[in-house]
Amino acid sequence: MAKDLQPKIEAHDFNFFYGQKQALFDINLTIPERRVTAFIGPSGCGKSTFLRSINRMNDLIEGTVINGQMVVDGTNVYDKEVDVVTLRRRIGMVFQKSIPFPKSIYENITYGLTLNESRTKAELDEIVEFSLRRSALWDEVKDRLNHSALGMSGGQQQRLCIARAIAINPEILLMDEPCSALDPISTAKVEELIDELKDTYTIVLVTHNMQQAGRVSDFTGFFLMGSLIEFDRTRTIFTSPSKKETEDYITGRFG
Amino acid sequence: MQFSASTLPLPKRLLGFFAVLVAVTAAVAVVGIILGMVGNFLANGGTHVTWEFLTEFPRNSNTEGGIWPALAGTTLLVMLMTLLGVPVGTATAIYLTEFAKQDSWFARSVRFAVNTLAGVPSIVFGLFGVGFFIQFMGGNIDAAFGTSSFGDGSLLWSSTTLAVLTLPVVIVSVEEALRAVPRDLREASLALGATRMQTIIKVVLPNSVTGILTGSILAVGRGAGEVAAILFVGVTYSSEVLPSAVTEKFMHLGYHLFVLSTQSPDVEKTLPLQFATTLVLLGLTFLLNLTAILIRSRLRKR
Repeated sequence: MAKDLQPKIEAHDFNFFYGQKQALFDINLTIPERRVTAFIGPSGCGKSTFLRSINRMNDLIEGTVINGQMVVDGTNVYDKEVDVVTLRRRIGMVFQKSIPFPKSIYENITYGLTLNESRTKAELDEIVEFSLRRSALWDEVKDRLNHSALGMSGGQQQRLCIARAIAINPEILLMDEPCSALDPISTAKVEELIDELKDTYTIVLVTHNMQQAGRVSDFTGFFLMGSLIEFDRTRTIFTSPSKKETEDYITGRFG
Repeated sequence: MQFSASTLPLPKRLLGFFAVLVAVTAAVAVVGIILGMVGNFLANGGTHVTWEFLTEFPRNSNTEGGIWPALAGTTLLVMLMTLLGVPVGTATAIYLTEFAKQDSWFARSVRFAVNTLAGVPSIVFGLFGVGFFIQFMGGNIDAAFGTSSFGDGSLLWSSTTLAVLTLPVVIVSVEEALRAVPRDLREASLALGATRMQTIIKVVLPNSVTGILTGSILAVGRGAGEVAAILFVGVTYSSEVLPSAVTEKFMHLGYHLFVLSTQSPDVEKTLPLQFATTLVLLGLTFLLNLTAILIRSRLRKR
């Protein structure tokens, strides 16, 4: 890791099991602060499982077991003292399918804000505008904030989900294949957004789309069958990977 | 190439033809039976369903007058039953879908109990109501507070008995509705730092309102027509007044029908009343179902 980079998320010998089936094997890596880190690899390689382990979304699945450490800002998130709700408030997440709540655009953004603290209408208005501006959605929706979010286009819905995630002011943004259901134009908008957001947030992106990883990420990790094969600067991974599996995947020989 | 002539051998074609014939006949028969029933009631009792019939008390040992106390009693009973049963059923369904480990022995026993409950004959619920609600609960309440009104059959205990009877209907349909809420939606809420309970209240329940309503209406439909279960727990064959407290006895449309047709001094004379009462009971059930359908379709559009 280069000197100018601060580690944000570190995995130490991280193993993950769905019941008897092991999905991640001894993952060791360090994700730097305020950079975009992408995970690529074929379906079922464990990249999403790893991503969802960072904010403990896998806790919701019955029968999962982990061992090893997942360290965020120096704290192992699987420590007994860690409050998972507090953890998730510091880590925003955007999912593959854009899933706005069947509420108004405004209420979608304020959902996470009003859960545990009361805020004045003025504060909320301000955060809604800020979040929508940051997700490049403000000009498109400012006149219909009280309309249902379900009336938006797919691309707008996904950017709304990003706005909703950054409204709670997280430090980390996890994105699980955020563009896989979007058309090229919407994809380009989301990628542009990722580029702007990385000054503020540590972004971890899972993608099926290698070109996307190449375009937006600073670091890339290649997963295969539950193992992290290679992790390096994106430029290095795409131009001179050190492992043969990585090269085969990048050049489209399989996957 | 020719497509007009079938290449199937004749016996197979005949078989197919008969299969369709049987299916259509069955469908027509079902509609026919319903139309026949309703038509019969309409022809024999239609003219008796007047405003007076609906709003007057019965007179002359139930051989004249109206059905107002039975109509009001049924409505009160069903409302109270819904208020008592739906929250309990919904809470159970929430436990089963959201909190229980699916293969834990406790969740499995709850599920087993629910399924068994659904198959128990309704008269058994009536006996349970006498033993548990009237004698045990009512008796103890009376003993503890020095009252005397709880240890006897009443609107209250009939409602609780019916609430227990309709619990499986509520639980199963609410469970289905909760399971239909996409996992993504729950995850989206949890990822924003919501607790499980907040997720249930703010996301899961609002998205299963239609299912909960369906469950309630199905329960109401079942409860409104149920007579056997309330036979021993508070229904009365004749009343001069409407119940003024939940601890009083009440009249009921279904039971009233039974009384008219078997317990009247002059059954022949009550025949038009019987048809008219049946018509009202059917109409009430139909109205409830219609309301449910309308509410659901409106919610769905939203």
